[in-house]
Amino acid sequence: MSAINLIMIALRALQRNKLRAFLTMLGIIIGVAAVIAMVAIGEGSKQSIQSQLGNMGSNMITILPSSNVSGGVRIGGTSFQSLTIADVVAIQKNAEYVSGVSPVASTKGQAINGALNWPTTLQGVAPSYFDIRKLTVNEGISFSDADVATAAKVCLLGQTVINNLFPSGESPVGKVIRLNSIPLQVIGTLAPKGQSSFGQDQDDIILTPYTTVQKRILATIYFQSIYASAVSEGASEAATNEIIDILRTTHRLRPSDENNFQVRTMEELIKTLSSTSSLLTILLTAIAGISLVIGGIGIMNIMYVSVTERTREIGLRMSIGARGVDILLQFLVEAIIISVTGGLIGVVLGITSAKVITLTLGWPTLVSESSIILSFVVCAFTGVFFGYYPAQAASRLDPIEALRYE
Amino acid sequence: MSNGKILELQQIKREFVMGTETVRALKGVSFDVSAGEFVTIMGSSGSGKTTLLNILGCLDKPSFGDYLLDGINVSSLSRNELARLRNHKIGFVFQAYNLLPRTSALENVELPLFYNPELTTRERRERALGALESVKLADREGHTPSQLSGGQQQRVAIARALVNQPVMILADEATGNLDTRTSYEIMALMQELNQQEGKTIVFVTHEPDIAAFSSRTVMLRDGKVVKDSKNENVRSAKEALAALPPAEDY
Repeated sequence: MSAINLIMIALRALQRNKLRAFLTMLGIIIGVAAVIAMVAIGEGSKQSIQSQLGNMGSNMITILPSSNVSGGVRIGGTSFQSLTIADVVAIQKNAEYVSGVSPVASTKGQAINGALNWPTTLQGVAPSYFDIRKLTVNEGISFSDADVATAAKVCLLGQTVINNLFPSGESPVGKVIRLNSIPLQVIGTLAPKGQSSFGQDQDDIILTPYTTVQKRILATIYFQSIYASAVSEGASEAATNEIIDILRTTHRLRPSDENNFQVRTMEELIKTLSSTSSLLTILLTAIAGISLVIGGIGIMNIMYVSVTERTREIGLRMSIGARGVDILLQFLVEAIIISVTGGLIGVVLGITSAKVITLTLGWPTLVSESSIILSFVVCAFTGVFFGYYPAQAASRLDPIEALRYE
Repeated sequence: MSNGKILELQQIKREFVMGTETVRALKGVSFDVSAGEFVTIMGSSGSGKTTLLNILGCLDKPSFGDYLLDGINVSSLSRNELARLRNHKIGFVFQAYNLLPRTSALENVELPLFYNPELTTRERRERALGALESVKLADREGHTPSQLSGGQQQRVAIARALVNQPVMILADEATGNLDTRTSYEIMALMQELNQQEGKTIVFVTHEPDIAAFSSRTVMLRDGKVVKDSKNENVRSAKEALAALPPAEDY
């Protein structure tokens, strides 16, 4: 029997029982749609975490002062001041795997523009900070090394600060604001970065040269932290080791001494968050996979019932010349048509529901090709696998008994 | 084909083993049917009628003896070869019509042709339409069985039996579910196919009334042929139909 005949026979048989065919399909439709939508949610959240971290600068290295022992007394955490410009210069000079380094001297204060004021953070940084943190200047310009050298009273404003100090929408560039009592000229604005993955507003910030903060506000030679960037994400570890060596030298630590600073990279954080969302994806896929298997059992169930129900039809087909293999193939093709059609509808439904989820709930989703291919292959396989047994049962019927079956 | 004989049965025996007992349904049946004959096979229940029908229809094989259909010895064939033989040589007509539900008359008639790989879609359609034409149902091609009367359904079934141009039509109590008038209509159609188109018909029945329309009667009892006689004055189903009192109108 030709393939076309076979498909036509199967299609006509399905046509006679549209509702039953649809109900059988439903299991597969829901299974496939669930797999695609679930994987899309998992992948979407994974990607959004990764892109957020990427925004922060995934090759970023943070150097913080840490506790130290002084005369037997442990001096605590970040309050300890050990980072100076000498460290920054040493890293700049000697580290091979570091592409940029910037100190951070920050202070909190009240930013004032005329009658408006806003409590915010003033961060004193070097021009290289923009590269390290992936900051971009929206309007105006950034400050230069010359501004750093002269401790110039210039600043760049983050979006939140602009919103609060310049609510009418006028451009702040060129205006002079005050931080506490220090007047600062606004030379630029920062492109919005939004919330960090920890819910911190990254736009509530004013940037100035670090010398301005050190000399004009804090009167200190120390920094709260130093930011550096590795030449690449993969070089993070090498850069970290290098920085540790350099800082131990500049801090004149003996081999037996503990580090009085700590060096952190983003890599571990990325790994932790990614593995969490991978776990989520696996979990969701497993749940959806179960529904796919149930869909397959649904196919087997209905096909099996339909073999019993259609015993007379099978007997008739045999009496007019259908061979056992023709009956087997007919039922198998019916099962495959059901599962493939169900699979296609499921793919469309899955993609649609992923889009709907993004639109209504605002969850990021990412429909991956692999999930479409995987679920489709699984459902086609399900059709063959669960369709085969009933089909074989049908093909083994005795035509005489099948014809007389009541 | 040997001397125009469509069926040759030589000492056909069929035994069924039921547990420890052996039931002998046919105990040596022999007869021939020539091309163009209209034979009824009669017998009460338990006479081996159904067993013989299954063997004639190539649904079953004899335990002993030879059965030649159109010169082919059926006893030596495999299941698949039997299926092919049923498709090419035999047109079945059943008591319960056995039409596929929710399927148009035309598609029902086309069904056997799907198992005949030599035909194109167009040939299949044309042949099916031709077969419907010959049972005078060409105007009902789109109707499903539930939209047709019992007689019309049986005519669709006859068209389905004719569509593959078989050497023999094998009817199993084909009028058993029909009233007298419709039975006569079906028999008139059978006679027409037999007389005008020369179709060989083997009609299994237990009604003597129906047997009177055929040209020959084979009587079975207890698995043996007890009578095999030519019917000298074949009754015309058309005339019988005309002689029936007119259908009562309310």
